[in-house]
Amino acid sequence: MAETRLMTINMGPQHPATHGVLRLVLELDGEIIVKATPHIGHLHRGVEKLAEARTYHQVIPLTDRLDYTNAMGNNLAYVLAVEKLLGIEVPKRAQYLRVMMAELQRIAAHLIWLGTHALDIGAMTLLFYNFREREDILRIFEEVSGGRLTPTYLRIGGVAKDLPEGIEGKIRAFVEAFPGHMKDYETLLTKNVIWLKRTKGVGIISKEDAINWGVTGPTLRGSGVKWDVRKAFPYSSYEDFEFDIPTGSVGDVYDRYYVRLREMEWANSIVKQTLDRLPKGPILADDPKVVLPEKEMVLTDIASLIRQFKIASEGFQAPKGEVYASVEAAKGELGFYVVSDGSNRPFRVRIRPPSFLNLSALPKMIEGSLIADVVATIGSIDIVLGEIDR
Amino acid sequence: MTEVHPAVKKIQGKFRSSAIETTTFRGEVSVAVPKKDIFEICRFLYADPDLQYHMLTDLCGVDHFPQSPRFEVVYLLYSFKTNDRLRLKAKVGEAESVASVESIWKSANWLEREVYDLFGIPFEKHPDLRRILLWDGYEGYPLRKDFPVEGPDFDKPFVPEV
Repeated sequence: MAETRLMTINMGPQHPATHGVLRLVLELDGEIIVKATPHIGHLHRGVEKLAEARTYHQVIPLTDRLDYTNAMGNNLAYVLAVEKLLGIEVPKRAQYLRVMMAELQRIAAHLIWLGTHALDIGAMTLLFYNFREREDILRIFEEVSGGRLTPTYLRIGGVAKDLPEGIEGKIRAFVEAFPGHMKDYETLLTKNVIWLKRTKGVGIISKEDAINWGVTGPTLRGSGVKWDVRKAFPYSSYEDFEFDIPTGSVGDVYDRYYVRLREMEWANSIVKQTLDRLPKGPILADDPKVVLPEKEMVLTDIASLIRQFKIASEGFQAPKGEVYASVEAAKGELGFYVVSDGSNRPFRVRIRPPSFLNLSALPKMIEGSLIADVVATIGSIDIVLGEIDR
Repeated sequence: MTEVHPAVKKIQGKFRSSAIETTTFRGEVSVAVPKKDIFEICRFLYADPDLQYHMLTDLCGVDHFPQSPRFEVVYLLYSFKTNDRLRLKAKVGEAESVASVESIWKSANWLEREVYDLFGIPFEKHPDLRRILLWDGYEGYPLRKDFPVEGPDFDKPFVPEV
């Protein structure tokens, strides 16, 4: 008698399709997955612990390195939490600039996802297109903030500096060209039979399961839940802009793909709206005890120089209390829970990472399906290990 | 604050014997509940037809060392029905455990593992309580306040046994 037994195989942590250092232990019955166990933590840097040892301003660069494809969104979530703690109001122009950058970043993040996800499934062409457009966005970031991947552009109370001269034309040129690029991507994939066969009906998670597993972002919306932090708890003037929340119906890989494509279109539209309506005015809140002065003032005015020195070295005292603020990052709901004990350092910074919970639902999506679908499903939930492991 | 949060009113009505304290800061409601009741309160908030806190957005620990009881486990619930967030907090002493809410929300599975990993708070009846970010056999709990930021062994390279 032939004996049958389960085979255990190890996937990752060094594997091109796990998008970082994710390790999966798969138990297989032939080609069917019986059990999948993700192992994470290879990229653990202790960001939450490090944040406790820094002043409030010094935590911003750490947030860039969480989900490194979505640095502006991470900055935004953190500064919103601190601003809520301090109770300061950010000027309208800064809010619009934040929205503009966050939405450009969303497009960039989704472009990486689209390129790598398609590459995993075998459509290589797209990656080159996507990185070409992403490069345009990174160049914009570089001009605006000085950084490409880790811009650290947002500050508590506003943004680091105003838009440089001539950048608005470049952003507008990108925004106007982007719908044409979207058409290219869609021609390659949306009705491509091979793409459909690899993604339709694969990695399904139902509405109820997705909610119960704490899944957020495009992965949740792919399952048909019309929920978005930007609509549920509008922040940074999102209520001023018109956009829709795209949803899927089945909750499979294709639905998540489709939702993200529509999201890019809406993000592009929001960037256009911010450009059209960008108000004039200050870019930093008027709160000298908390807000770093503008660089030009530091170089010309002695009082601002002293202020810069005081805030950069000692920080500021935040009131005692605890707040939670979240944003709709590219991956889902990114939240910061900041506890203050009244000193100049946060007592506790808890980061609620969207990919962490989305990944925890991965076994639910792939158990019972074929091993070839694992890669498609991992790609479709769009994980970044930088924020899972923190 | 004169207006009482509807969910708090309901919990107070249902769990009369337990001491429930509510604080509001910047419009966010935090409810401190006794550790022994946390599971029942969570199940009630999940199942009550008017509240329906169907999503556990976050679960984390806070270390208040050297206070006693030392830890706090913080639950952040979200209801799609009422579009409301509610924060529950339970105080936990050192070497004490908390009831797992994994049977209510699956998202608690990894979140509780993380709290266990970084704070060393065990969860009762958790189906798979292992370290999640750090490796098995790691000593110490990094997010505790008495754990040095640079790590206890930063000058002594350590290779785990395989």
